[in-house]
Amino acid sequence: MNILVYLEERNGQIRKPSLEAVGAAHAIGGSVSVAIIGADSPALIEQAKKLNVGAIYCVNDARLANYSSRATGRALAEIAKQAAADVILIGATGRGKDLAPRIAIRLEAGYVPDVTTFSVDGNEIIATHPVYAGKAQMNVRVTTPIKIYSTRPNLWKASNDAPASEPSVHSVTVAFEDSDFTEQTKSLVLSQGKLDVAEADIIVSGGRGMRGPENWAMIENLAAAFGGATGASRAVVDAGWRPHAEQVGQTGKTVSPTLYVAVGISGAVQHLAGMSSSKTIVAINKDENAPIFSIADYGIIGDAFEILPTLTEAVAKLRSH
Amino acid sequence: MNILVCVSHVPDTTTKINVAADGKAMDPAGVKFILNPYDEFAVEEALRLRDKHKGEVTAISVGGDNVKEAIRQALAMGADKGILVKGEKTDSFQVASMLADAIKPLNADLILLGKQSIDFDGMEIAPMLSELLNMPTATVAIGLTIEGNKATVEKEVEGGREVIELTMPCIVAAQKGLNEPRYPSLPNIMKAKQKPIQEIVGTVGATRTEILQMTKPEKKRANKILKSDGNAPAAALELARLLHEEAKVI
Repeated sequence: MNILVYLEERNGQIRKPSLEAVGAAHAIGGSVSVAIIGADSPALIEQAKKLNVGAIYCVNDARLANYSSRATGRALAEIAKQAAADVILIGATGRGKDLAPRIAIRLEAGYVPDVTTFSVDGNEIIATHPVYAGKAQMNVRVTTPIKIYSTRPNLWKASNDAPASEPSVHSVTVAFEDSDFTEQTKSLVLSQGKLDVAEADIIVSGGRGMRGPENWAMIENLAAAFGGATGASRAVVDAGWRPHAEQVGQTGKTVSPTLYVAVGISGAVQHLAGMSSSKTIVAINKDENAPIFSIADYGIIGDAFEILPTLTEAVAKLRSH
Repeated sequence: MNILVCVSHVPDTTTKINVAADGKAMDPAGVKFILNPYDEFAVEEALRLRDKHKGEVTAISVGGDNVKEAIRQALAMGADKGILVKGEKTDSFQVASMLADAIKPLNADLILLGKQSIDFDGMEIAPMLSELLNMPTATVAIGLTIEGNKATVEKEVEGGREVIELTMPCIVAAQKGLNEPRYPSLPNIMKAKQKPIQEIVGTVGATRTEILQMTKPEKKRANKILKSDGNAPAAALELARLLHEEAKVI
């Protein structure tokens, strides 16, 4: 199998979900190559040379200085043809989930979004992805010769092995059309240092039990002690206490972190749908009947305001060793 | 302005999902279906733009007779007419193809839809339509302004905001926060019953993916719940110890 992995860039670095997709490619098995598309590819090529891949395909074009999903789609499809890729993996980030369906159309290939597991039997790949906000999952087979998958962040280990020999670098020219640039990024503003809930390994989420937005420093401090991101229930987002970007749940983000800590969250069906696939779940709530406890691995029935300060200190100490 | 809104009919968010007898789909027995919540933001945005720029809003959906319910909801909010593209929804490529074929002759200036439908969560339709209709697209839109033939979308991305400029006609996929969808008023609900829903037969082509099985993830949880019993700090320390020694997450 020839597996091509798209490497998404942000701030001049290859994004972690793309490195995880390289890890997923090795888990599937076959020869692995990567695709870099942009206006400043040489820097990224140097980073990609450290990955355990056979080849690096690159489209470098000044017109790509402002990101365009359409132009990138055309470029990736062209690379896929030149690399004779049977399988294409794209990290399921915002841009990744825009890009994958595009190349599916261009390459007349079937696509499975947000894959959480691959099961391989010879040349047959079965991809599992969550549906109904994670309340169920589908095992899907792609029936076309070329198969495209987007891989959910934080589930595969980012590939860290050094290559056996330096990957070959192939420059690919793409005949862009003016219509490829009818959608273009004008600006991208990132909140400094804030880890996004969808990609975090550890999440500490707060709900109405926190009583008000003025108490959120407790959630932020606990998250910082864990080295994780902060999340929120729909109730506190709707109340205006927290931004929608932090909302975990059916109409927010579906997350699969290693650890999910729910503080003052009762555990409505819609919230559980968004986080029930977390590896370890911790619940802290005053109400012993809160539904969140039914899916928790660990928890404390008690007042978050009394528990969090001690917990934060203890976690920080344990992590500093 | 000729505005199309693609809507879908999905199980409501409180639904407990059960696997159907064939093991490949959701059992619809007893399930309440609603207009996809993300499509509500799309319908609302369409109505506001129509009222500002003058024009017409058409709600379009793919499926069987049952999806007319979703179209009626859009009409009750204020859309002018509906189109049902009759065809079996097998995979997203099929749905996108049927939509694209139905949309092509309609001369839309703007196509709006929710960023994803809460059944399959694929986020595939908008980018697929972009390729099939050869139109620019911006997804996860939390802001949209139209000036002349340019649309500016504010997009929610991981850790920040992206501003994207598109030329029209274009496709925009709505995220929660784009606007506050209106509740259909009783007079509008009554009016909706008189608004036309045109039925056309979708061109059904080959599928590209096959569902082998649908399962419900069964994860056994340890359920070790401590009581703070008047000594919250002690419980907190014990929890930290468990996370360190047993769960090994710190």
